[in-house]
Amino acid sequence: MGALQSLPGQPEYIDLAEKTGFSFEQIGVLHKRFKQLSHNEETLRRDHFNEIPDLACNPIRAQIVEAFFDRRNFRQNGEGTVEEIGFEEFLVVMSHFRPPSLHMTEEQRESVRKEKLRFLFNMHDTDNDGTITLEEYRHVVEELLSRSGALGKETAKSIADAAMLEVASISMGHMEPDEFYEGITFEHFLKLLNEFEIESRMNIRFLNMDTTTLCK
Amino acid sequence: MADPRPARSRFSPRLTAAFLCVFLLVFLRCASASRDVEDPHDHHGNSTEHKKAFPVLAFNFEHVRKPFEISMWILLALLMKLGFHIIPRISHVVPESCLLIVVGLLVGGTIKAVEGTNAPVLDSKLFFLYLLPPIILDAGYFLPIRPFTENLGTILVFAVLGTLWNVFFIGGTMFAVCQIDGAGLADVDLLSCLLFGSIISAVDPVAVLAVFEEIHINELLHILVFGESLLNDAVTVVLYHLFKEFSHEGSVSVGDALLGVVCFFVVSLGGILVGFIYGILGAFTSRFTSHTRVIEPLFVFLYSYMAYLSAEVFHLSGIMSLIACGVIMRPYVEANISHKSYTTVKYFLKMWSSVSETLIFIFLGVSTVAGPHDWNWTFVVFTVFLCLVSRVLGVIGLTSIINKFRIVKLTKKDQFIVAYGGLRGAIAFSLGFLLTDSKMKHMFLTAIITVIFFTVFVQGMTIRPLVELLAVKRKKESKGSINEEIHTQFLDHLLTGIEDVCGHYGHHHWKDKLNRFNKKYVKKWLIAGERSTEPQLISFYNKLELKQAMMLVESGSTSKLPSVMSSVSMQNIQPREPPRRRAMPSISKSREEEIRKLLRANLQNTRQRLRSYSRHDLMIDPFEDNVSEVHLRKQRVEMGRRMSHYLTVPANRQEAPPVRKVGFQPEHQVFTYDDAESPRSAEMKPRSAAVRLLNELPQRSDQSDAEPNAKQDDQEDQLKLSRGLSDPGPNQEQKES
Repeated sequence: MGALQSLPGQPEYIDLAEKTGFSFEQIGVLHKRFKQLSHNEETLRRDHFNEIPDLACNPIRAQIVEAFFDRRNFRQNGEGTVEEIGFEEFLVVMSHFRPPSLHMTEEQRESVRKEKLRFLFNMHDTDNDGTITLEEYRHVVEELLSRSGALGKETAKSIADAAMLEVASISMGHMEPDEFYEGITFEHFLKLLNEFEIESRMNIRFLNMDTTTLCK
Repeated sequence: MADPRPARSRFSPRLTAAFLCVFLLVFLRCASASRDVEDPHDHHGNSTEHKKAFPVLAFNFEHVRKPFEISMWILLALLMKLGFHIIPRISHVVPESCLLIVVGLLVGGTIKAVEGTNAPVLDSKLFFLYLLPPIILDAGYFLPIRPFTENLGTILVFAVLGTLWNVFFIGGTMFAVCQIDGAGLADVDLLSCLLFGSIISAVDPVAVLAVFEEIHINELLHILVFGESLLNDAVTVVLYHLFKEFSHEGSVSVGDALLGVVCFFVVSLGGILVGFIYGILGAFTSRFTSHTRVIEPLFVFLYSYMAYLSAEVFHLSGIMSLIACGVIMRPYVEANISHKSYTTVKYFLKMWSSVSETLIFIFLGVSTVAGPHDWNWTFVVFTVFLCLVSRVLGVIGLTSIINKFRIVKLTKKDQFIVAYGGLRGAIAFSLGFLLTDSKMKHMFLTAIITVIFFTVFVQGMTIRPLVELLAVKRKKESKGSINEEIHTQFLDHLLTGIEDVCGHYGHHHWKDKLNRFNKKYVKKWLIAGERSTEPQLISFYNKLELKQAMMLVESGSTSKLPSVMSSVSMQNIQPREPPRRRAMPSISKSREEEIRKLLRANLQNTRQRLRSYSRHDLMIDPFEDNVSEVHLRKQRVEMGRRMSHYLTVPANRQEAPPVRKVGFQPEHQVFTYDDAESPRSAEMKPRSAAVRLLNELPQRSDQSDAEPNAKQDDQEDQLKLSRGLSDPGPNQEQKES
């Protein structure tokens, strides 16, 4: 948990900008939003997130909120979860959604890809053991279908099973009938979503200008 | 497409060529014969003195002349197309459109030589009313929506601003060129130049489709160029009519220019609105077609064509109307129509668009030979040169503006492909043809044809090696992976959530809102039955399973195996559990009877047959009206079942080939699944009832099937199950509970 000064001047921003890659204007805008969400407190807690009305109808709301409090996303090689985050952590999590810049080398692009996929992986791997087990994957699919009503669990199970089978086929190729596929490791995950072009898809536009919004 | 047997390749092209030549001669003879038969055979023997003998054999070509000629032309076009694909060497180097134009030139030349000046020309009415709509409908119906909407801003900028820039740059510069003394162009005024500019500037969707289809570049570039070619129609229509109107007047006032701007919005938005209305109508109609499946495809075609024609009535943009209609109609229609109808729609659209495209290019070649030409070196050369220059400048300039607003920026390579892919085609020619006859018109037409030839031949032929040279990203083969679909949806929700956290309403937020609105209100109206509440992930999953199961059943006992060849099976991924794991996922006959009773009681439509589907049974018996088909299907399904059963043996038995095994599920996984064909009313309730019932079953179960039974009994059971469930109807078992 980084210390946050109540009046972040330029030097603070420089540090953050360097760390996360945002521009000063973007950091300013996000800071304003942070203060709005946290009711001008220093830290954000989970219930602050739960107050966002638009987020309420999102089927994977819980996982999104969890992602903000997951230490693995703070780029400090930590583990476990925290109860509250400061502005720096908020910014670091947000920086996962920055698009790759135009003038990037192939390896930089590759590392951006890995980073984004790591974020997704962490979202799925809730128990922090480094693999996405069948149960966890089922949970993911159930959450996705949670707004869809009646079909619910049975369908989610079949879909998750089919998906798991596909991952296993792609990653392991040949398995003896007695062998057991423990779960999706990060390498398998990378291989699975190889063609997904995540570096162009997992981005949102961070504005340089402050737009007053209707949502809280 | 290399022919692996050299002996045959030596043989067949010659034969094909000979056949084609013979056919060409026959065709020309008939074409000329149609003109010879002017002396009327319909003056029968009244005027003559003596009674004619009863004509056993008579020749009356006039009677069938028109359809005969049309059929001959289409047949010629298709035979040419066939010929090119048999000769693989040429089709690698030269795009099909070029070859077709060459054929058109030859045919036109032959007709001219034989006939004189009576060669058919690409009639504008024929082109705009009959040849163009199928291509546009095919493009619009199968437009990949996601990349289109994601890049819509960029596409619009290119389409509108890019075309405007082209028009004024080319028109203005050509006017300046015309002022050069000694070129003999002094009588071409500014307005005519601008009119010419408006005709020649628009990127042509037919040409783009024809060339880009063969080079398989990545989705982004394809949708940029193609989307631009579709959306610039509104600009072209407005500018063309504007300048045409005022080229008679001689000048354009500011008021007229403003009216032109207003007209642009009216034309484009009006076209979209017309398409939208017809699309909704089509979707709504398809909701009720469950009893007349045979005519379903016709609704799709006719509503779309009506959208096009209605837009043309009001001089709105017909292309945009057609695209809007196809795009709006598609998700709802596909949820409603049967699988067969869907296939029919797909193949008919592809067929018609293919024929149209072929005919267009051939006619282009013929018209080149036929039309009166007025070759003016300065004009033509400058036109070609300026088209290239203005395109390049336009793309570079616009991209520098666009890149400020794009998340994923366009690289220089992308810009080059976009600029180089700006091909002109038959639309430009037809628009030019519609001009009033004058010496200028001939000159314009000549220039237009030259530009078209240049873009199609030079740019069309060189774009493929250039793409390879520049190592432009190619289209990735999408295998319909369930994981990618899951993650696509997940990512959508994630990005929407992050945008909400960030606090600004971005692209994802609005898309999410639209989806929710769609799910809540629109789908209820436009999709029949319970399918309206089916989430996208599930329908995707169902489609995928259907496809895989069909593939497996059809490959049957042959050695041709599905693409995923791995020996990973379900038992490898299930967590280790007590030996229950080896049980067969079957249910006893009595339990099955209970389920069916319950389902029947809840069904409104008694003609429905519910299939108990589980991944492992691979049982697909689509809803068939035809009884003999049912029998055939049953047999195939039986074979499939036996085969899948053979494949799903437990681990302790020897397995020879490494096939994709679908193993067992530890739980009772009888998931009632309805494939795409059966009518969809009142399935939700029975389905959930079945599921609930199944969940209750383990409690009051007779343990007989939970234990690992003897192989034989289970086999019998499963086969009985399959036979029981593939019963043709509820008649035998109509028991009310």
